[in-house]
Amino acid sequence: MSGNGVTVKVEQLTRMFGKFTAVDHIDLEVGKGEIFGFLGPNGAGKSTTIKMLCGLLTPTSGGGYVGGLDIMRQSEEIKKIIGYMSQRFSLYDDLTVEQNIDFFSGIYSVPRSKAQGRKDWALSMAGLMDRRGALTKTLPTGVKQRLALGCAILHEPPILFLDEPTSGVDPISRRNFWNLIYMMAEGGATVFVTTHYMEEAEYCDRLALIYRGKIIAEGSPKTLKQSAMTKEVLEVEMENPVEAMEVLFTSGFDPSIFGSALHVTVDDGMVAEPAIRKALADAGMTPLRIEKIAPSLEDVFVNLIEVS
Amino acid sequence: MGGAEFEIETRSLAKHFGDVRALDGLDLSIGRGELFGLVGPDGAGKTTALRILSGIMDPTSGEAYVAGISVNRDPEAVKDKIGYMSQRFGLYEDLTTLENLLFYADLYEVTRKERPAIIERLLGFSNLTPFKDRLAGALSGGMKQKLGLACALIHTPEILLLDEPTNGVDPVSRRDFWKILYDLLKEGVTILITTAYLDEAERCGRVGLLNEGKLIVVDTPKNIKNSLGAPMVEIATHAVRAVEKLVRPLGGVLKVTAYGDRIHVALESMDRLGGVIAVIKDNGLPVEGSREIAPSLEDMFISLVERK
Repeated sequence: MSGNGVTVKVEQLTRMFGKFTAVDHIDLEVGKGEIFGFLGPNGAGKSTTIKMLCGLLTPTSGGGYVGGLDIMRQSEEIKKIIGYMSQRFSLYDDLTVEQNIDFFSGIYSVPRSKAQGRKDWALSMAGLMDRRGALTKTLPTGVKQRLALGCAILHEPPILFLDEPTSGVDPISRRNFWNLIYMMAEGGATVFVTTHYMEEAEYCDRLALIYRGKIIAEGSPKTLKQSAMTKEVLEVEMENPVEAMEVLFTSGFDPSIFGSALHVTVDDGMVAEPAIRKALADAGMTPLRIEKIAPSLEDVFVNLIEVS
Repeated sequence: MGGAEFEIETRSLAKHFGDVRALDGLDLSIGRGELFGLVGPDGAGKTTALRILSGIMDPTSGEAYVAGISVNRDPEAVKDKIGYMSQRFGLYEDLTTLENLLFYADLYEVTRKERPAIIERLLGFSNLTPFKDRLAGALSGGMKQKLGLACALIHTPEILLLDEPTNGVDPVSRRDFWKILYDLLKEGVTILITTAYLDEAERCGRVGLLNEGKLIVVDTPKNIKNSLGAPMVEIATHAVRAVEKLVRPLGGVLKVTAYGDRIHVALESMDRLGGVIAVIKDNGLPVEGSREIAPSLEDMFISLVERK
């Protein structure tokens, strides 16, 4: 660990399962206090990478450091300085809220002098002060996720690995959850997070996109939107976007729905706009508006995957 | 078959778990061939509603009809009419794609004669033909969801009940999944889907917003969005969190919701916009653009749920 506060650094990290290369010579560097977003389609190698960083899976080759500890040789020590929460993070459904907290407090060897304070903190963070006796399985998904996060960081780890923490969580709870992530980053923690919600990816300081085991793009959300997209995006606002999507799809375009509008990724907006108008007119439809827009991260993500 | 005009109908449907009213008087009418989206916060009762409609859970009170059959009186007969896909769909990970389909064909007593054609069609439909001999456990998350859907369709049901089928599925795979749903819709299948992705709900013909076991709104996405009754503007900024905090307490601002690299602001009137922009700039924060927009369904969801 050099003085500039890099907390995660891996080089040429690789993991094979039989002949299948799940993670293929990747390099990553995450600075202290950074919120680092790790994106990629299902099966691209995200979880495998996180498991190696957490010391849960041994790399086939390559290596690196987490909090200054060697992921090849010091996997046990790493577990003490990290918090790990996955979408399937197993709180015990049949235990009460309080019993789950006590259980994880024991696992993480939280000293007795601190245990009560940390428990109160976890309860209040999850909004469960008045429901500490409730069975965990009766909690709504969003609350369970917050409790899971609380349990994963009872030992106040400086580095957090969150693997799809907001998957299937409603829009309000997701925003609450991200407030917690910010709070922790502001407190100096480094957060390594994966998500399929592209607007959440916007909240990260830096992003890396992994596809088929390789990093195919890296940078701040702003940089990625400005530089990683060679194509242009037209926003086509329609009275009935679903039917219009069908029309454009059969005319050879690749539209997708964003709210009541369609985003159409094209090589050249000036050329495509009249073609889109014509295709819609032939089907008896008139767009309310067609406008060239700055691509969203989702446009960038889908485009990068499709050209790879 | 009393109320044959509706494929799905419930009257004062209620389900209590001890003191918890998971469903508290649900009245729902869904016509043949509709794509109906049921949304709501975690724990609002969405999954409970689908479980009752699919005949695997008894209601505490009230009535439900599916394809004209009373779920209360004949839950077994309902199962032939519907395909039900739960969040944790029961795929057998150590069977191949094809073996999973054959297993469900057995379960649903699809005749030997019908099988080859149905299975070929479902594999083609879901783009899983090249993966028919792969173990289900080795499929990516997106492919597993598609296989789950194919299995739920094995007996050619006229009604599909999908409980958060795209949770944890990446943006590219989600698009594929929705293309399949549109194809099914064209064939006249009635689809009731729950989702935590509000951009998916925008694609439904009608949307019901469930909160605390009750429907608080049912309408087309367009009508729901028109009901806000206040102008909405979008302000693009790469300092979203700071801007959000700054704008929220300003006079004339009714609601602020962050979306990655932009905020949506509901205003008392459009004349307020100039003042809001001026305050942001006076505080040295960036504004990359602003425009009046139609609210998104996510805006409406947050506004309706938080008002309660």
